[in-house]
Amino acid sequence: MPLIVCQDLWKVYRLGDVEVQALRGVSLSIEQGEFMALMGTSGSGKSTLMNLLGCLDTPMKGHYWLDGRDVASASQDELADIRNRQIGFVFQSFNLIPRTSSMENVQLPLFYRGLSIREQRARAADALDRVGLVGRDQHFPSQLSGGQQQRVAIARALVTNPAILLADEPTGNLDTESSREIMAILADLNRRDGLTILVVTHDSDVAAYTSRELLMKDGQLVGDRHRMPTGVATP
Amino acid sequence: MLTFIGMTMVTAFRVLGRNRLRAGLTMLGIIIGVGAVIALVSIGQGAKEAVRAQVASMGTNLIIVWPGSTAVGGVRSAQGGAVTLTVADALELKKKLPLLVDTGWAKRDTMQIINGNKNWNGPVNGISPSYLTIRDWSFTGGGPISQADLESAARVAVIGQTIVENLYEAGEEPVGSTIRIKNVPFRVVGVLSPKGQSAQGSDQDDVIFIPFTTAERKLLGTPFLGIVGAIFGSTSRLDDLPEAVDGIREVLRARHRLQPDQADDFTIRTQVDIGKVQEGASETLTVMMFAIASISLLVGGIGIMNILLVSVTERTREIGVRMAVGAKRRHILMQFLIEAMTLGLLGGLLGIVFGIAGARLMTVVAGWPTIIAPSSIVVASVFSLVVGLFFGLYPANKAARLNPIDALRYE
Repeated sequence: MPLIVCQDLWKVYRLGDVEVQALRGVSLSIEQGEFMALMGTSGSGKSTLMNLLGCLDTPMKGHYWLDGRDVASASQDELADIRNRQIGFVFQSFNLIPRTSSMENVQLPLFYRGLSIREQRARAADALDRVGLVGRDQHFPSQLSGGQQQRVAIARALVTNPAILLADEPTGNLDTESSREIMAILADLNRRDGLTILVVTHDSDVAAYTSRELLMKDGQLVGDRHRMPTGVATP
Repeated sequence: MLTFIGMTMVTAFRVLGRNRLRAGLTMLGIIIGVGAVIALVSIGQGAKEAVRAQVASMGTNLIIVWPGSTAVGGVRSAQGGAVTLTVADALELKKKLPLLVDTGWAKRDTMQIINGNKNWNGPVNGISPSYLTIRDWSFTGGGPISQADLESAARVAVIGQTIVENLYEAGEEPVGSTIRIKNVPFRVVGVLSPKGQSAQGSDQDDVIFIPFTTAERKLLGTPFLGIVGAIFGSTSRLDDLPEAVDGIREVLRARHRLQPDQADDFTIRTQVDIGKVQEGASETLTVMMFAIASISLLVGGIGIMNILLVSVTERTREIGVRMAVGAKRRHILMQFLIEAMTLGLLGGLLGIVFGIAGARLMTVVAGWPTIIAPSSIVVASVFSLVVGLFFGLYPANKAARLNPIDALRYE
């Protein structure tokens, strides 16, 4: 059984008098361990799809099975729980909590899960280690470079051992060198740990790291092709 | 849950610490409100205690009857203006009213008192021996005026501390010495222990007691013997006072042959009545104090609400991130409520510190007695916490109702 199955997802927004059909019947299936790029121009509905996949929002119509459970009709609190346990988010603008140490930023999801502080710290230290960020755990985001901040954000997404990691333009605010590092980390997590990753991007260099490319246009999935990742070759 | 509250409090303190000036200004309303209340309550308590002590210093379960309040053609004379109370009245009261454990009488006038080369003008009271018992006077030296002194109109005197200070050198023993009142020599037989100010503010220690008979025969030159300035009585229990007052009124009206339509030609006051006047004043003060407190706590609460609304807007993205990583609505709600309560409680505690300091300052600078009541500290803390909670509800609810997608995208 696939990790994620989406069936005929619809989402319509209302902006004043204008009705925006953000998603028009998207069906999709994702296997455990896939590394995907979700591409498309702005306004194509890729952000909406990511919000639905990330359980930040619910579809107006359709079904979404995550790990065998239909979450399309879950309540707000249930969605929060699913986000906490199954989803890891990485954002374009890092979205770390300011004036809070890397360690505490990474601890945050475990804090909401109600783990003891000792366990939170142990798992957060482990996650920071996995993204290659050692000795920076007491730094504030403002004391870190963009690439380091994004690594903290990835550690925060990893710390809960999520079913899928959703990265929304993870390299959009980074220079080429840092972008390469971040993508290498993601590719590594996918290859070594079998982590399922979906990267939303419009950068073909980023997409080159992935093994499956999804293309969206006008709220519909218009392209879905598997291929050999090429970007990984760069050390 | 405890971990959650603990860590949220740490976050709250960090957020407040990040913007100390803003937190301080936000708390100012609460600080001023609570500080004012703590200071005023302790001043009020101090005043109340002082009054209570003064009223208690008058004696135990005391009843005082003054002649007067006679209306002649509608014009009332001053208290004590009529000469209607006599020693016989007092003796009759003692006989008819078993409720009165003691009755005494007194008459006073201010006179020149001389000891050697020093002199003083003080109130000289001719009293029955029981007067000192009723008024609860005790002695630092010597003893009271006896019944034998009264019967023989002995020239003996008991003097208060103020008299001692003004007529004697330091270290000089008053008991056994001879002083002259209106040029009549008196032997000092006792020195009274100090009582301090009366409820009306007069010096109770500026006093000389001599036997009533001696006073009226040798010093005052009364036209009729047996006229007293006031009759004093006491009951064994405080609860007996009203009944005793009724009894006294009945006996005196009968003795004075007053018709039912005639007003009393005497005035009866009890210790309780005198205390009540003071309590009335302090009650007005209390009501005003609570008005001030409520207004400043309200203003302080609105300040907290205002700054929290700003904080919620500023931290919209943070709220979005927290929701994205699994914070439920109640987590966000709790976080802002705890911040609001921390602001309130911290303001309250600072207010308590300032209030206590203010009260102490009043004691040191103005010499007002103050008492810091532990209950007022507890009440102030609880109230500032509740104010924080109440005024934090709206901003916290606003934060918790944010849509995670919109919050994450907020610029």
